[in-house]
Amino acid sequence: MSAVIENHHDDHHHGPAKGLTRWLYTTNHKDIGTLYLWFSFAMFLIGGAMALVIRAELFQPGMQIVEPEFYNQMITLHGLIMIFGGVMPAFVGLANWLVPMMIGAPDMALPRMNNLSFWILPFAFFILLSSLFMEGGAPNFGWTFYAPLSTTYAPPSVTFFIFSVHIMGASSIMGAINVVVTIMNMRAPGVTLMKMPLFVWSWLITAYLLIAVMPVLAGAVTMMLMDIHFGTSFFNAAGGGDPVLFQHIFWFFGHPEVYIMILPAFGIVSHIIETFSRKQLFGYSSMVWAMLSIAILSFVVWAHHMFTVGLPLAAELFFMWATMLIAVPTGVKVFNWVATMFKGSLTFETPMLFAIAFVVLFTIGGLSGLMLAIVPADFQYHDTYFVVAHFHYVLVPGAIFSIMAAVYYWIPKWSGNMYDERLGKLHFWLSFIGVNVTFFPQHFIGLAGMPRRYPDYALQFADWNMVSSVGAFLFGVSQILFLFIVLKTVMGGKKATDQVWEGARGLEWTVASPAPYHTFTTPPKVD
Amino acid sequence: MNPEAKKTLRRLVIAVPLMFAFGFALVPLYNVFCEVTGINGKVFQSDDAKELVIEDGRPLGLQFISTNNENMPWIFKPSEEVMTISTGEYYTATYYVKNTTNKTMTAQAVPSVAPSNAAAHLKKLECFCFEQQELAPGEDALLPVRLLVSDELPKNIKNIILSYTIFDVTEYDDETVAQVDSEGHHGMEH
Repeated sequence: MSAVIENHHDDHHHGPAKGLTRWLYTTNHKDIGTLYLWFSFAMFLIGGAMALVIRAELFQPGMQIVEPEFYNQMITLHGLIMIFGGVMPAFVGLANWLVPMMIGAPDMALPRMNNLSFWILPFAFFILLSSLFMEGGAPNFGWTFYAPLSTTYAPPSVTFFIFSVHIMGASSIMGAINVVVTIMNMRAPGVTLMKMPLFVWSWLITAYLLIAVMPVLAGAVTMMLMDIHFGTSFFNAAGGGDPVLFQHIFWFFGHPEVYIMILPAFGIVSHIIETFSRKQLFGYSSMVWAMLSIAILSFVVWAHHMFTVGLPLAAELFFMWATMLIAVPTGVKVFNWVATMFKGSLTFETPMLFAIAFVVLFTIGGLSGLMLAIVPADFQYHDTYFVVAHFHYVLVPGAIFSIMAAVYYWIPKWSGNMYDERLGKLHFWLSFIGVNVTFFPQHFIGLAGMPRRYPDYALQFADWNMVSSVGAFLFGVSQILFLFIVLKTVMGGKKATDQVWEGARGLEWTVASPAPYHTFTTPPKVD
Repeated sequence: MNPEAKKTLRRLVIAVPLMFAFGFALVPLYNVFCEVTGINGKVFQSDDAKELVIEDGRPLGLQFISTNNENMPWIFKPSEEVMTISTGEYYTATYYVKNTTNKTMTAQAVPSVAPSNAAAHLKKLECFCFEQQELAPGEDALLPVRLLVSDELPKNIKNIILSYTIFDVTEYDDETVAQVDSEGHHGMEH
């Protein structure tokens, strides 16, 4: 026994440690990337189960399955878990796996902080989920936690919610700092900024956004904490505070946050479309500038979430035009993706299917966003299912499809095995149909006036709600297939070549498949 | 780690508390912004009355509204719901208030003006909303607000609504609310 341990001690520099402590103590970017990805997948399933509780309740009008109070807890936790537990850690996981390999670095710049930033996350979500079993129930004020709903009228568990948001924020900030320091200082010689792969660019910009706005979110929840426990009146009108101020602070964080959840997707999709079109990406530098402009504009559009709070006309016009301006760089990106595919020799492996679906469906979500940006129209759309349809179109077939595409695209590199192409395609088509059946009808019921966040609705909305619920269960169940495909790939399958895909470019494809535990310990030569 | 990386790290680590502080700085920034632009229907006490010269006073409808915040049992209503006034002249309006409970309570009224671009032109020389009201069980009072609407009010505004919401602040620390008061008085200096 002890001999075995000694043995593995000698091997320390060549491979991972054995057993559970490998994962607890690891400072290896690939291990931490894997931990992040599995964690986000677990959260995706939990948050998804909550979405199915919501859709089951909305299958028919009237109260059927859950109490309204519990319904409110479900919509709140679904949003928080999917955003902070699903999408964001998945992107951090991908950054961990890919950024060092793409820039020719041996690891992340701050490996111990990397370990810490992952391992505090499970505690944050344990605290958040444990509030379900507390007296008064889990937070029930929606993921946007507007004051005074989240202060004066909040259940006692709100304090646990605040603490868990603090931990999630600390984790994201540490992850972001790590990414920036890595990208700015550890690129192999020859990898200049304008030669960096677009995923690296997208994460550099995302990391700066995270560092800028996560502390503001921490400030907002700290103010809530002080209002609740220490008698301050930041958001309490009786004491001279202002609930509208909460919304300004929240959305100052919240709007950059939505780009935090989409910029890495832009990077991923650019790589995949380039590979399966067997062409160089069209307009690399315009892609970089488009992402930079989107990131900068994201700081001056926040009030488009609050057009109906009674902003002065000048502010409404400013925020309307600033918001519409974002369609320009976004349009440039969509144009470049299509131009990359134009006259390419396309093949449609699973990652490419997800990437093309991303381009089409994200554009639909972008267009409904443009509709919502129009102030007079927004007065009608505000807080209806049209908004729900809009942000689910940019987040599910947007962010989440890009993550799935990334998993299919890079899993041969991670595991050394090819996934089952037939099952992958089946997963894609089930997800594609499921997503559209779920969310497209929500445009109709939203335009017809169904408000969001209610557990019940008027009879005229019944048909489309039923369709939407059917789609949601189809989408939800297909993700079990995804889990199966990933497990099957990790455990075995056709061996992957080093380049994996015929058209793949980039440093990560020059190392062996599966990627060795330590890569680029001596920097590669890049011309 | 090389010194360049340390420099990057140091900058980023400093940025985090700065952005945290910026979040808190948004609170005074927001108040100053609302005060300067007069938006958000916030009215601050003014003492620059002498500068206001009556030139061509025009008639204007002034409507008074009262709202009780949730769980506030007092009777609270304007003595007159509508007044016809002239711009550039002082008027005093009153609100009737009565503590209907059997315990001594403290209340704070929070004003709001609609349309919001009228707020900057509504000058209050005196208002019960500048301080808290403490009433014994069953006690009642007439609370005055002395105000003037400046001639500079945009011509398209024919009616102004002045609304007060009354909050039960018995449980609150007096000091907390006193801070608000001083913020209100801060408006005097500009």
